[in-house]
Amino acid sequence: MADASHIDIDKVAELARIALTDEEKAKFSSQLESILGYIDKLNELDTTDVEPTAHPHSVENVWREDRATSELPTSEALKNAPKQRQNMFVVPKVVE
Amino acid sequence: MSAELYYKSASELSGLLDRKEISSVELTQSVIDRTKAVDDLVQAFNSFDEEDALAQAEESDARRKRGESLGSLDGIPVGIKDVLAVKDQPLTCSSKILADFISPYDATCIQKLKRSGAVLWGRLNMDEFAMGSSTENSATKVTGNPWKLDCIPGGSSGGSAAAVSAGEAIVSLGSDTGGSIRQPASHCGIVGLKPTYGRVSRYGLAAFASSLDQVGPMGRTVWDTAALLESISGHDPNDSTSYRIDVPDYVQAIEQLKGRKWTFGLPKEYFENAEDTASMGPVKEAIEFYKSLGCEIKEVSLPHTAYAVATYYIVATAEASSNLARYDGIRYTHRAESFDAKDSVDIYCQSRAEGFGNEVKRRVLLGTYVLSSGYYDAYYLKAQKTRTLIRRDFEEVFKDVDALLTPTAPSPAFKRGAHSGDPLSMYLSDIYTISANLAGIPGLSVPCGYVDGLPVGLQILGKPFKEDEILAMGNEFESAHNFKHEHPGL
Repeated sequence: MADASHIDIDKVAELARIALTDEEKAKFSSQLESILGYIDKLNELDTTDVEPTAHPHSVENVWREDRATSELPTSEALKNAPKQRQNMFVVPKVVE
Repeated sequence: MSAELYYKSASELSGLLDRKEISSVELTQSVIDRTKAVDDLVQAFNSFDEEDALAQAEESDARRKRGESLGSLDGIPVGIKDVLAVKDQPLTCSSKILADFISPYDATCIQKLKRSGAVLWGRLNMDEFAMGSSTENSATKVTGNPWKLDCIPGGSSGGSAAAVSAGEAIVSLGSDTGGSIRQPASHCGIVGLKPTYGRVSRYGLAAFASSLDQVGPMGRTVWDTAALLESISGHDPNDSTSYRIDVPDYVQAIEQLKGRKWTFGLPKEYFENAEDTASMGPVKEAIEFYKSLGCEIKEVSLPHTAYAVATYYIVATAEASSNLARYDGIRYTHRAESFDAKDSVDIYCQSRAEGFGNEVKRRVLLGTYVLSSGYYDAYYLKAQKTRTLIRRDFEEVFKDVDALLTPTAPSPAFKRGAHSGDPLSMYLSDIYTISANLAGIPGLSVPCGYVDGLPVGLQILGKPFKEDEILAMGNEFESAHNFKHEHPGL
């Protein structure tokens, strides 16, 4: 397993899209390292020929008709938007 | 009639309602008054809508008057964990990021409850996004344990457990990803059931870890818990992981299975080195009780138990980091006022920094790390494989036994703040409940005694889709003891 003592907190925070203060970075990286240290015990197990479990019970593919159904009306779907105008989400300008 | 209406069971109340000895409006008013009298102390509710509840109760009374009762839950106030969508009601997940969110639709289990005539009552506090074991991670308020207010009620469904225990709801819905129904039920002296994965639709449940989450019932009696489970179970086209399997009549099953001589397993990994564990005394007495009924008790082994917590914290955080990516400050959540407009992603980073609490940040970061390029095989894939080993352990033991008996939690409710500086020690308090979520099996917690004045729960883990059996087993214990009539002195 990867060496947990070298967690790159800046990179992880960027991937997670969470801005962290310097204080949070120090706190979270030490806590995550201790958790990852504990998690390392999984290395004791040989899982070479074990199938991974993504779902606890055996499931078959689920099919349905490809038919449009009544979804939320636009006005309802936008009701919780932080900013909206003319049936659209308002977002900051990102291109010049 | 000794107890106040708000402390009666749904089974008794439904008889009183059917015989028109009481009305749902009277009952609902009694629960509202009780809530107003004690919730300043208990702090179980994030919010409640008194008028809406009374309007539902009036409709229920009108139905009964017309002879059109919808069944045993018609007119019964059911508390709802603030993680389930109820149309036009708040849905906060006890998070700042959803502080102003109003649900535009009903979760499937809520739709089903409405069809059974239940009075939906309030929004119950929880650990933020169901991440925690004490409800201390709520951004809203700190819920107390009704038995000792300076102790935690358990979590993440702490509000759901505390409300039922304190008479602020007759029954309630919670959700369980790693023990979040069973552990608070145990700490608050009530009954809680995590159904088999796929038994109850997850549509309209705000997702934490999709392959582990289940909605489930909590009540003061096994019968009430069974009736509530029955009303929310079943396949749902809106959740393709919900199973196409018949829903038994759980209430009837409790009666039908009465007196059966079950074979129980005691997982030796749960009991060895646990002699000093605080909860063990009452749990051992409960095991003796089943022996006295003529049930067979066997020692069994779940050899991969020691790896469950580590496996869980990879799978659950990985899935959470992906699920919580939707809270981006753009479409329906808190948006930060100030961000670097030249950086196209800073709006997300700032909104999430302001909206998420510490535990959520910690788990999203951990989940992001274990899924990130170069680490996926070492962590996530490894955990999925270990999950297979844990699942097989249960498949093996269920060839020999009908169910497993264990403590629900290693100790009764701890004091507030006892684990706050050390997330790992908090994670380890879920040691007896987590494996059931990884294996997808059902688990029930029933009150079995007290340690230092705080309730302790017995956990019964059953075979997949055999909720009827574990309910019947729990009912045998409950009927022979008086715990369901014992309430905290509030």
